Amino acid sequence: MNFIHQRQTVSQPAEGLMPSGTAHHEQVVARQRRGRTWAVVFQAAVLAGILALCALLFNILNQSFGYVAIVNTIDPSELAVEGLPLNELPKDKLVEILEANISAGLMRRYENDMPFTERSRENVHDLILERVVEPQVQATWGLFDSIFARGSVFAEAEERFPGSEVYFRSWLTTSFISKSQSSEPLRAGVRTAIFGSLWVVAITILFSFPIGVGAAIYLEEYAQKERLLNRLIQTNINNLAGVPSIIYGMLGLAIFVRILEVITSGAFLGIGDQSTANGRTILSAGLTLGLLILPLIIINGQEAIRAVPSSLRQAGFGLGATHWQVIWHHVLPSAMPGVLTGTILAVSRAIGETAPLVVVGASTFIALDPSGPFSKFTVLPIQIYQWTSRPQDEFRNLAAAAILVLLILLLSLNASAVLLRNRFDRSRAVS
Amino acid sequence: MTRSAPIAQAAISAETMRGPVAGAESKGEAVLGGGPPLDLSRKPRVTESLIQGFLFLCGAISILTTLGIVFVLGRESLLFFANEEVNLWRFFGGTEWQPAIGRFGIWPLVTATFMASLIAMAVALPVGLCIAIYLSEYASQRTRSILKPILEVLAGIPTVVYGYFALTFMTPFLRGILGRDIVEIYNTASAGMVIGILVVPLVSSMSEDALSAVPNALRQASYGLGATRLETAVRIVLPAALSGVAAAFIVAISRAIGETMIVAIAAGAGPNFTFSPFRAAETMTGHIVRISGGDLSYDSIDYNSIFAIGLLLFLLTLSLNVLSQWIVRRYREEYE
Repeated sequence: MNFIHQRQTVSQPAEGLMPSGTAHHEQVVARQRRGRTWAVVFQAAVLAGILALCALLFNILNQSFGYVAIVNTIDPSELAVEGLPLNELPKDKLVEILEANISAGLMRRYENDMPFTERSRENVHDLILERVVEPQVQATWGLFDSIFARGSVFAEAEERFPGSEVYFRSWLTTSFISKSQSSEPLRAGVRTAIFGSLWVVAITILFSFPIGVGAAIYLEEYAQKERLLNRLIQTNINNLAGVPSIIYGMLGLAIFVRILEVITSGAFLGIGDQSTANGRTILSAGLTLGLLILPLIIINGQEAIRAVPSSLRQAGFGLGATHWQVIWHHVLPSAMPGVLTGTILAVSRAIGETAPLVVVGASTFIALDPSGPFSKFTVLPIQIYQWTSRPQDEFRNLAAAAILVLLILLLSLNASAVLLRNRFDRSRAVS
Repeated sequence: MTRSAPIAQAAISAETMRGPVAGAESKGEAVLGGGPPLDLSRKPRVTESLIQGFLFLCGAISILTTLGIVFVLGRESLLFFANEEVNLWRFFGGTEWQPAIGRFGIWPLVTATFMASLIAMAVALPVGLCIAIYLSEYASQRTRSILKPILEVLAGIPTVVYGYFALTFMTPFLRGILGRDIVEIYNTASAGMVIGILVVPLVSSMSEDALSAVPNALRQASYGLGATRLETAVRIVLPAALSGVAAAFIVAISRAIGETMIVAIAAGAGPNFTFSPFRAAETMTGHIVRISGGDLSYDSIDYNSIFAIGLLLFLLTLSLNVLSQWIVRRYREEYE
């Protein structure tokens, strides 16, 4: 009591209850100023994050569009016949031009691939552009320069590449998506890579979705938490989620590509690419990515299952359903939107994954669409990585366009996950 | 065990319901009335056990994955160290990694890894923590609902895109500021900074979870004593959430060490024992990707060497992750 009394007398100034005086006032002002300063710092940090995102998007858009300087081996205007420009000539004239300008051997090869009588006019026209006109990219400029410094772009092109044709090019075109890989940047496309990505992701989903959901059900519905084995599984899954992706690549290389080569190369079925019969196939890649996203699917699935109210289970048991009937007819349907959202997010991680697939052994150059799970593969991120690693500017432009394709794919996947989540929230709120 | 009761009840109800349908009402009465004693023991259900067994196998696959990783990395590393050109002493003591001439010293790869991670952390920790404090203590509900998806977008961008960003934006940017003589085309600084941007969402979301979990009573008590918002955030809320924030930092370091594509694209191709962040150097992950990207023949010393590097990487990241979980368990402040 004595102590409290003393404190009161000390902290109670003569005028009133609240502390006052100039020294105290200045201290309060200083504290408030410090508070405001730091509030600005915190906001600046948020701004920095947003700026980084904007810089990244700007950089990619900047590289995907812009002026290019092209030099043709033969000017298309020289190929004009009787005053008609190249793109208005009939097919037979185009075939004549092609025959006159390329070697007989190459002509025979084209004839063998598909007889000229069956080829369309556009196809022959493309062949002429490809083999006779032979446009070569000399330099490329970004979108920013192309808009705000057009004059200097043209001046530079005129000075460095006299006789070159400068035009605005979008690297992301429909033909970029529909054409397969090529060593010529103007004709390269991502068709093979898109098909590869779809195949690999299909295998990944087929493998990891049932197993991931099964494991989540086991851990939430069956496992007795106090048993050592179940605790071990749970800890293990949490740790697996933190293992760097490249380690999974090495696991895939050693297990799927080497030890299980008979299965992953398709040799056990007698199919697959016999000329390069090894395990570096779509199947190996899909299984590797499946292992990679398995912990994510399990953890998300567990959360979704845990969120199902236990009254639902009790009601099911009360009506005499067996354990599995309760899970299959009641728990899983209510948990499914959550499970699917988690799976979509995990799959979008798999689509963007590069490092493990490099280690598993993506092909550096394939122009043929994959024909099945035992084909060699390349995927979009691998294609981006390979184009980025090339020193020439035009391949950087190609990489930027491929990044746009990848980002659009991922964005639509994520949007569907968000829609699913919202719809689920609403439907639950109504019922 | 607890579920045997409802199942036994289910057996009873099935009996009683089947009774009238079969037209033998006396049977139903016999079950409900006296008659032979009911067998309340659990019926063996084969399908149910089969399903449970299958689901257990699904869970066990995760254990198999871990065992697989340990087995594969361990086996190939043993083969590597069994090679006469290599010994543990030179592996952990050497400052030169030149597989072509039989020099296997891990240090050039390790220093590059740590340098890139250090730079990444110098970017990610302050920015991530500031964002977390802002989101948890300053931002309104509406601002938060706008900002969090933006951060999620940053977290969802594939790492190869970040690698492209590092090479085509960050490197020219650094070279423009510091001069082309100082900054090489491939350097750990730009790779590290972009890794920093990559892990900012990780740090901020994990830290924000920890900060938001601090009960409001603490904040209100602090305001009641006349503290400003900043003082409440930094002296009351942050210390209370320190274990979660520390765990976020450690997970971020582990993520930065294991990050591959950014360094593979932007940091350089070739081990280089240097401490200058503006020179080209190759990290552990970058080296693994470059070596395995070519046509790698099995059972060569190159092949085995990447598994030895992988084992080191695995142990590093695993111990960091375990440490972060331990910190959360050991130092979590319980207020309820």
